[in-house]
Amino acid sequence: MDHRSALERILRAIALTAIVVFFMFPIFWIVLMSLQTNETILRSPPSMSFVPTLKNYAAIISGELDSNAGTMSIHFMNNLLNSILLSVFSVALALLLGVPAAYAFARHKFRGSEDIAFTLLSFRFAPPLLVLLPLTLYFQALGLANTYLGLVWVYQLICLPLILWIVRGYFEDISPDIEHAYRIAGHGWFATFRKIALPLAGPGIAAAGLLAFIFAWNNFVFALVLASADKQPVTVGALAFVTASGIQYGQIAAAIVMSIAPTLLLALWAQRYLVEGLSLGAVKG
Amino acid sequence: MSRIELKKLVKRFKDTAVLSGIDLDVPEGSTLVLFGPSGAGKTVLLRCIAGAVEQDGGEVLIGGEDVTDVLPEHRGIGMAFQNFALFPHMDAFDNIASPLTACGRTADQIRAGVDTVAKLLKIDHVLSHTPKALSNGQKQRTALARALVSRPKVLLLDDPLRNVDAKLRFEMRLELPRLLADQGATVIYVTQDYREAMALGDRIAVLDGGRIIQNGTPEEIYRRPATINIAKLFGDPTINLLDVVPQSDASGVYASLSDRRIQLDPGLSGTVGRECVLGLRPEALSFTDADEGVPVTIEAETPFNEKTVTLVTTLRKREILVSRPAEMPAPTSGMAHITIDPSDAVLFDRQTGVRLDPNGTSHAAEKAA
Repeated sequence: MDHRSALERILRAIALTAIVVFFMFPIFWIVLMSLQTNETILRSPPSMSFVPTLKNYAAIISGELDSNAGTMSIHFMNNLLNSILLSVFSVALALLLGVPAAYAFARHKFRGSEDIAFTLLSFRFAPPLLVLLPLTLYFQALGLANTYLGLVWVYQLICLPLILWIVRGYFEDISPDIEHAYRIAGHGWFATFRKIALPLAGPGIAAAGLLAFIFAWNNFVFALVLASADKQPVTVGALAFVTASGIQYGQIAAAIVMSIAPTLLLALWAQRYLVEGLSLGAVKG
Repeated sequence: MSRIELKKLVKRFKDTAVLSGIDLDVPEGSTLVLFGPSGAGKTVLLRCIAGAVEQDGGEVLIGGEDVTDVLPEHRGIGMAFQNFALFPHMDAFDNIASPLTACGRTADQIRAGVDTVAKLLKIDHVLSHTPKALSNGQKQRTALARALVSRPKVLLLDDPLRNVDAKLRFEMRLELPRLLADQGATVIYVTQDYREAMALGDRIAVLDGGRIIQNGTPEEIYRRPATINIAKLFGDPTINLLDVVPQSDASGVYASLSDRRIQLDPGLSGTVGRECVLGLRPEALSFTDADEGVPVTIEAETPFNEKTVTLVTTLRKREILVSRPAEMPAPTSGMAHITIDPSDAVLFDRQTGVRLDPNGTSHAAEKAA
């Protein structure tokens, strides 16, 4: 089967290695940094040889940051929990609303359906900061500011359009005949949706959900403006590492490793769905 | 109980009319073959009956009742799709069982029902396979089994043999009539294959451009096609079509071919002088030793198993196909004479393509009256 020449194979291997190094190096470097003290990180010239230490992780988990100016307490673990809560509930709500909506847009061409779908997509056009100012005022008036409910609601601006448009493409990909066959066999429309459409669009829904999770997890500006310290996710909480007494590189690196770990694990678990979902959504959208 | 009637059925997509006023009546227990080229609207028509698409006008009646507002799941129809439309995430058993699970049967009843129909269609050994693991023929049988399993009163079969190989198509063409008769259902069968149409249909309705061009028994469609197009679609080798201008004298109406007269029905005197097309079935022509036949040159001979088809040209280089049973001897090269059985000749108006009937009216006029 393999009819490539040896030279071609070697060049391929080199190219692949270069790409992997290029993309993986920052993460690799951060992992290394997280295992070093500030002194070894900042020495010049930099060196790969050091005695690994888990001090940074211990500090992050206990919430006691040691800096040269003394001890400072942070809420990183609380932030991490917030991130998980916000992302999980946002994606769950977006799936609950977005999947049936995507099905409706894919299968039923009603008056204005395209316009509504486009409007939902347009949520992603506006710069978030522009939306945020009026939103903050409304939220304060409604008492939604600095609540999980309010944040999960705002996160729908990120998750809902994404899920709607990707999953819609998957639903459109299912031959309508398959659903007609199930209807004609005597099943109602809801049974058809549950037993035929949902399982067949399953990979797409998983991929869209994962993407939405990543986007929600990485969101910074909504949470920065709308949440105070106790509701902040890791993206905002990381700001606390920049202190007047200097930057604790080792502890930041440890925090980064811990904050990318959940999404990374999730992404690895659903990797094949993710790639398929991205390409399919792009073509079908 | 299960007579299917369509009254002035109209279906449009955007501004294009796919079906423009279909009237059809399929008596209970009979099989109607819906025949027509691709894009004629056959599948859309079936979907209107099944309720998968909504018509824009007219009525669909099943068992005398208007089902326009009845949801597809309540119409009591079995349908097999051209692309099979099997549920890819269920195994063959669950696929076939799906009409039974809908009406709340017990697990034992479902198993028994599926086993019976699977044995009948010889797929009982692959019931645990998913559609992906089935061959095309098995998929087709699974789709058919799913349509049959609940013994529906109305069966809609959308070109179920289209996507299977020639051998299986031949087998199924032999099996299907018995199978359909056993069911006792009213059947509408869509096909583009004229042999299937002739073999399966009690009647054939020819659909083209969203209209029913002709509705008749297979014999009628073959012998007295309403238009040139229908004549061309039915029959292999295809019908010979010759441009003629009928003439008349004391002995009657005739058309000339290589200066020989082909006697036409005296009732066709109204067509004298008109530009017409004469349709001659290849099997209505035969070689003759007699000199009064039409002189032709034999160009090529193609032997099939059961028949031999010869391509001949007339003096004016018009090509004609002659078909004869394989065992019948005939000249194989050079000059020969052919005779024509005038009772098998059909005459069409060249302009409109409509058949001209001996009573002097065209087929279309007769239909309008």
